[in-house]
Amino acid sequence: MSNNQQLNDLATQVRRDILRMVHKVNSGHPGGSLGCTEFFVAMYNEIMELNDEFEMDGIGEDLFFLSNGHISPVYYSVLARRGYFPVEELNTFRVIDSRLQGHPTTHEGLPGVRIASGSLGQGMSVAIGAALAKKLNKDNHLVYSLHGDGELQEGQNWEAIMYAAGNKVDNYIATVDYNGQQIDGATNDVLPMGDLKAKFEAFGWDVLEIKEGNNLEAVINGMKEAKTRTGKGKPVCVLLHTVMGNGVDFMMHTHAWHGKAPNDEQLETALAQNPETVGDY
Amino acid sequence: MKKYTDTGKKDTRSGFGAGMTVLGRTNPNVVALCADLIGSLKIQEFIDENPERFFQIGIAEANMMGIAAGLTIGGKIPFTGTFANFSTGRVYDQIRQSIAYSGKNVKICASHAGLTLGEDGATHQILEDIGLMKMLPGMTVINPCDFNQTKAATIAIAEHQGPVYLRFGRPKVANFTPEDQKFEIGKAVLLNEGTDVTIIATGHLVWESLLAAEALEAKGISAEVINIHTIKPLDEEAILASVAKTGCVVTAEEHNYYGGLGESVARVLVKNHPAPQEFIATNDTFGESGTPDQLMEKYGLNNKAIVKAVEKVLERKQATPSFNMQG
Repeated sequence: MSNNQQLNDLATQVRRDILRMVHKVNSGHPGGSLGCTEFFVAMYNEIMELNDEFEMDGIGEDLFFLSNGHISPVYYSVLARRGYFPVEELNTFRVIDSRLQGHPTTHEGLPGVRIASGSLGQGMSVAIGAALAKKLNKDNHLVYSLHGDGELQEGQNWEAIMYAAGNKVDNYIATVDYNGQQIDGATNDVLPMGDLKAKFEAFGWDVLEIKEGNNLEAVINGMKEAKTRTGKGKPVCVLLHTVMGNGVDFMMHTHAWHGKAPNDEQLETALAQNPETVGDY
Repeated sequence: MKKYTDTGKKDTRSGFGAGMTVLGRTNPNVVALCADLIGSLKIQEFIDENPERFFQIGIAEANMMGIAAGLTIGGKIPFTGTFANFSTGRVYDQIRQSIAYSGKNVKICASHAGLTLGEDGATHQILEDIGLMKMLPGMTVINPCDFNQTKAATIAIAEHQGPVYLRFGRPKVANFTPEDQKFEIGKAVLLNEGTDVTIIATGHLVWESLLAAEALEAKGISAEVINIHTIKPLDEEAILASVAKTGCVVTAEEHNYYGGLGESVARVLVKNHPAPQEFIATNDTFGESGTPDQLMEKYGLNNKAIVKAVEKVLERKQATPSFNMQG
């Protein structure tokens, strides 16, 4: 898929999926999911080289790891619409006997997912391990991961950040969803993290910023630029500036919808702002 | 009773190192990770022979567990190495989510377990690790008894698909199991047949149990000795077959009795064949500094303590005629 209009239509449909999924079970995390919609659509349809059949080892293809597992709605929607599993299965999000658990897991055998995540701060280490395996296997494909900005408060990340630079894990691009929000409020109020760009650079990473993380074209161009920075002896960090709740006016610029589902009326309003494109599940 | 010969005292951690050397030469998918304790884990030979398959992680155990999980994606079989304390309690959530729940084929190899770590004291002497690991769904928990068995276990777990916790120790102890043994995960080893009592031991306490059985024989007591190197999955059949014959049990381990082998055995007995049981284990306490022998004496984890426990459990059996009726 390369037509940006088609991808924008897909992004709108993914936002509808997210809203309908969390509304149905009155739980889940729409805020971060909506904010990362363009990123996921770009990654799975434009940026990553992916095999048609899902295999856990992922040899001969790019790999993606979601560290901030609570934004599972966007992950599930994009995986389903990329063909990893039937789109109708989105209807089972967070219900009993589902492969679409509240947080992503390999435990139920959902194609597309290679690690459980939800307890925060663990995904970067896993992604580094997968990148090291690619080097051992002489597989020139890349490993990608996504992290919340608030998630960087977990100390394990900084162990991983230090390791990746110190060991020149340069087949790896870690993206930070830089929306400045976490459950209890603005990251700057909960626990200020200072200058993330300077911090990653001080640890020895090559850092680039995507200022318009909810502009699909900007995300695609930014991630393509990030790819050109790989293989040069440094891990690559993308600071992806997004707006939590993007695409639904009353959910934007607030942490209030981090982990709250819309009611019937709010859903109607939100869906009206995101009309059906490629078809509801 | 059957005679066992100590062929020369050796540390079980060196058995692990020797097993890693073999794996380095025979299984190209095996990789090793270490958190700044290469010398303690005895893996220098593996590193020298396979430098590209070794990852020095630094003092960052959480990151080590995550990297190990990631290395499995791509077909590697990672063996992580650090002290038991830092292999379990420090990184429990990383093991739980990224390894156990994710079903990753990681081998968590833990040295310096228990009191016999010695002089470093309680900060490093974990006595809770078996409990922590056996509670994780899908985790296999192994605690071999000597150098030869640790080497054999190390080689065997590479062939097992799924997460494994392999526990071993620092001190030089009797090396008495066969050098060429076949290690079967989940299969108890009957070391001595007896009729009066069953001693079920794991790790360093297995040799102590054999010494105890000898002393008991001199007193006219016939002790069956079972080496449970795999605590999970537990060889319930072997335990029940023995207790059907003897009618009472002493379990022995270098671990807190909360969460240890003894509790696992008690669960099996209560459900299938209730029988008196005594526990050789630490009694809900932390350790302290001292030599391994001093600590094992003070905390009641040696052959003398096992003999006393056997005498006590035999009294209980005799005082409870119904237990003698079973089997």
